[in-house]
Amino acid sequence: MSTNPDLIKLVFGRLSLESLPLHEPIVVGTFGVVALGGLTLLAGLTYFRLWGYLWREWFTTVDHKRIGIMYMILGIVMLLRGFADALMMRLQQAIAFGGSDGYLNAHHYDQVFTAHGVIMIFFVAMPFVTGLMNYVVPLQIGARDVSFPFLNNFSFWMTVGGAVLVMMSLFIGEFARTGWLAYPPLSNIGYSPDVGVDYYIWALQVAGVGTTLSGINLICTIVKLRAPGMSMMKMPVFTWTSLCTNVLIVASFPVLTVVLALLSLDRYIGTNFFTSDFGGSPMMYVNLIWIWGHPEVYILVLPAFGIFSEVTSTFSGKRLFGYTSMVYATVVITILSYLVWLHHFFTMGSGASVNSFFGITTMIISIPTGAKMFNWLFTMYRGRIRFELPMMWTIAFMLTFVIGGMTGVLLAVPPADFVLHNSLFLIAHFHNVIIGGVVFGVFAGIGYWFPKAFGFKLDPFWGKLSFWFWVTGFYLAFMPLYVLGLMGVTRRLRVFDDPSLQIWFVVAAIGAGLVFLGILCMLMQFAVSILRREALKDVTGDPWDARTLEWATSSPPPDYNFAFTPVVHDNDAWWDMKRRGYKRPLTGFRPIHMPSNTGTGIILAGLSTAMAFGLIWYIWWLAAVSFIALLAVAIGHTFNYHRDYDIPADHVVRTEEARTQLLAGAKS
Amino acid sequence: MSQMVRRSYALARLPNFQPEGLPVSRLLMILRILALLPLAVALGGCNYVVLAPAGDIAAQQRDLVIISTVLMLLIVVPVMALTVLFAWRYRQSNKSARYEPEWDHSTKLELVIWSAPLLIIICLGALTWMGTHLLDPYRSLDRIAANQRIDEATVPLEVEVVALDWKWLFIYRDYGIATVNELAAPVDRPIDFRITASTVMNSFYIPALAGQIYAMPGMETKLHAVVNHAGTYKGFSANYSGAGFSGMHFAFHGLDDKGFAEWVAKAKAAGGTLGRSEYLQLEKPTQNEPVRRFASVDADLYRLILNMCVEPGKMCMSEMMAIDAKGGAGHEGMNNTLPLTYDKYARRGTALGPEPTFVAGTCTPDAPQGQTSAAIKAPADTTPLLGAGLKRPTFTPLKSTSFFLGQRPKSDS
Repeated sequence: MSTNPDLIKLVFGRLSLESLPLHEPIVVGTFGVVALGGLTLLAGLTYFRLWGYLWREWFTTVDHKRIGIMYMILGIVMLLRGFADALMMRLQQAIAFGGSDGYLNAHHYDQVFTAHGVIMIFFVAMPFVTGLMNYVVPLQIGARDVSFPFLNNFSFWMTVGGAVLVMMSLFIGEFARTGWLAYPPLSNIGYSPDVGVDYYIWALQVAGVGTTLSGINLICTIVKLRAPGMSMMKMPVFTWTSLCTNVLIVASFPVLTVVLALLSLDRYIGTNFFTSDFGGSPMMYVNLIWIWGHPEVYILVLPAFGIFSEVTSTFSGKRLFGYTSMVYATVVITILSYLVWLHHFFTMGSGASVNSFFGITTMIISIPTGAKMFNWLFTMYRGRIRFELPMMWTIAFMLTFVIGGMTGVLLAVPPADFVLHNSLFLIAHFHNVIIGGVVFGVFAGIGYWFPKAFGFKLDPFWGKLSFWFWVTGFYLAFMPLYVLGLMGVTRRLRVFDDPSLQIWFVVAAIGAGLVFLGILCMLMQFAVSILRREALKDVTGDPWDARTLEWATSSPPPDYNFAFTPVVHDNDAWWDMKRRGYKRPLTGFRPIHMPSNTGTGIILAGLSTAMAFGLIWYIWWLAAVSFIALLAVAIGHTFNYHRDYDIPADHVVRTEEARTQLLAGAKS
Repeated sequence: MSQMVRRSYALARLPNFQPEGLPVSRLLMILRILALLPLAVALGGCNYVVLAPAGDIAAQQRDLVIISTVLMLLIVVPVMALTVLFAWRYRQSNKSARYEPEWDHSTKLELVIWSAPLLIIICLGALTWMGTHLLDPYRSLDRIAANQRIDEATVPLEVEVVALDWKWLFIYRDYGIATVNELAAPVDRPIDFRITASTVMNSFYIPALAGQIYAMPGMETKLHAVVNHAGTYKGFSANYSGAGFSGMHFAFHGLDDKGFAEWVAKAKAAGGTLGRSEYLQLEKPTQNEPVRRFASVDADLYRLILNMCVEPGKMCMSEMMAIDAKGGAGHEGMNNTLPLTYDKYARRGTALGPEPTFVAGTCTPDAPQGQTSAAIKAPADTTPLLGAGLKRPTFTPLKSTSFFLGQRPKSDS
């Protein structure tokens, strides 16, 4: 009965017992740990009867604040996975010398570096950045939610769907062995016939839907939902950078979607877009993917720039220097980021004029970026700088990022790129800007807005410990890579035969170990802060004496954010209100119209993930059924008429009353 | 491999260095030497091959790396210093520092902070434009070393490079030999590389010689370089290409003329022929391949590899493009595909859609497949080929000379 191969193929597609990596002890061990942890978590949730609570209050929520927090949790979880990959790579490269093959075979190692890149960009950096924008932007512009709250929930769950697919590939089948951008012909069916690249494609496609939609959502929110009086040139800088980032998302992610769709057509139905023969051109893939890929790095770093602007100005107790030039610099970077993509493949044989054009446009980006750097510098000038954690991250960023910027401009000189392209120098460069810029920025943002989200500050001791581990670990891990790049060592090598290189890899591995301690300290910081939350409590809603609107409301903010929509007269709106002796209104509350929670988002995302799984494994019935169900649920949702409700006035009165008492308690 | 690069060689030589190709002032040269000093001290014991190469092209690229770095340090160092200074001076506990919470604008400062980076980028941009054109890998050499013009009479050494899974094939057509994972060239003789790949993308890189260039299937890239100092250097693929990537490196020998003649003789003595069938064997994926030598090589092999038609019966890309350029073969062309019964090494299977196919070669008596004479000649009648059942188009056909107008032919054949 079970011996009918056609039937088995029909039911399971390519999936078989051999697809499970039972022969890889490392993977089996990991699976054991993950399964054990997962089971404990599930058992705990069941035991404490938290399922209903989670479903009602979190999974189905359309509140931008809760969705923002869930994005951050996703980012932290995936950071652990992505960083585990990084540690594995560093260990392999530190020991694979003198005839030793290290401890990872090519099959495993090549998946590890591919997964590391994909996870860190798509499922760590992106959720962090999107999460912060989601949480902060509506509060900063005095709105009650984003423009399309249901879409926001759906976008989040699609991102989770992508992350689930990547995690699944660890235990069912395998991930791509192509490098994080999966250049064909290597990624085409001829050279990657297994499921790895399909996992890659569908994880990014599913998550990409979420990213694009959340981009549209935030653009609409910023354009349409600003508080009265907040003209474009009165928007906080973080909101400005978020706007530019989301414009970049909306303009560039469709390119990624299309290029991956073309690659899947090549892989699934034998078209020849990116094959070497039949008129296909693999270089077109490289071209298209970098048209997305270069804006992507600005998508990540622009919000970080916004965070640094807010943090510098708040902790210097001073208006941001050169607000207007900061805004123009952001916009110029947004536009220019579309004119530089070719610098990722100078060495593919473009002519000298083409190469120099793209080299020079790349260098031009450093002008507005330099201007921003000076603006932060002169914001500190004649300020009163409080070295709280977010400000420490900012100083670390300023010192680190200029080095990364400098090596970046160096790589933009095509003849220099010819000797440094694909080398460890390049690896050091982009980790220098992504860790030094985006990651430090996100950590500054977490430290800065955590009290807003939870009503208590983060514990400074563990935070500072984490800071110092991260910063020293970063320098130890990546400065050796610059050196190795100058020795002509290329990236993605699994074994080495020149023993004189080993010491540098050992130092880099030690650096990675320090960063790992930094991550552990950060988790410890969260745990300790939660335990000490009474001691760290902030009832004012404005623990940093900050300047923008999100600090005008309570911490955590009520569901409706603001009982009355604030009126804005200045780009440091809250600072301006405080200066003019703003009094919280205590009467006249009215019912507040809010969107209702819905489970449709998580259901749609779940069906998309199931469909992707079916397509990856050629389980056609599953793909077809999930697709039809997807359509049915989406259409069904249009008949859902319970989309909104009113928070009754007396509920608002009670909430605001409680805050008044807290504030009075804080004063006495 | 221990004598890969003479240590700190170029560092010692720097003061005499005259970068003729680049408009660099003496000041920059002095700055460069100053910038190198701490490097030389700190890094003295290692093989900084990118900073101390053995070939003139790589040396000029190294110079650009250093000049650009110094130019940018002009602004990076002050920024870092100011960051530390301001952070310290305006700390909260320092009550003696001025505090101006409302000061947020200064037109003069704004001018400075936009124009200072701008000036540096203008310098760097000019340098980039010049350097990119002068060091274009497609441009033939005009000098052997900094103060040595090229001798018009010198015949460049032509090497055809093929990136295979996972090894390098070098064809010396002029000498009739081929080697795997070993490359040699006489010192001070220009080398013209023509580079392609058999399956996936790789990047051909010898750091001591010149910058890298990609090796891609069905496409040709070029590199012009010269090695100025005898020695053995490391070459490898700089673009990840699959499981055997780590072992995909080769030795590059810079030899004097006598040494090179001996090296060629050694290959001649090794025996063995590299023809089409031997190539198809060689092409199969292997890892950590030892050095191999072939005493003779099919003179047409590189063209066939480049046009992806080493397998007998397969139509060459150049042929296909020539037919397409004439308007294509119409419906007849669609019938001229055969089911694919072989592949490089993996089944080119697809899940849905038709079986994979390839276009069969169209043999003509005067130019049978695979012959060197099979260069594409424009026929006298330039009207497009007529497919079965198609009407003759009414437009005026293009002149044969303008077939490739606006597009780069993929091969010279």
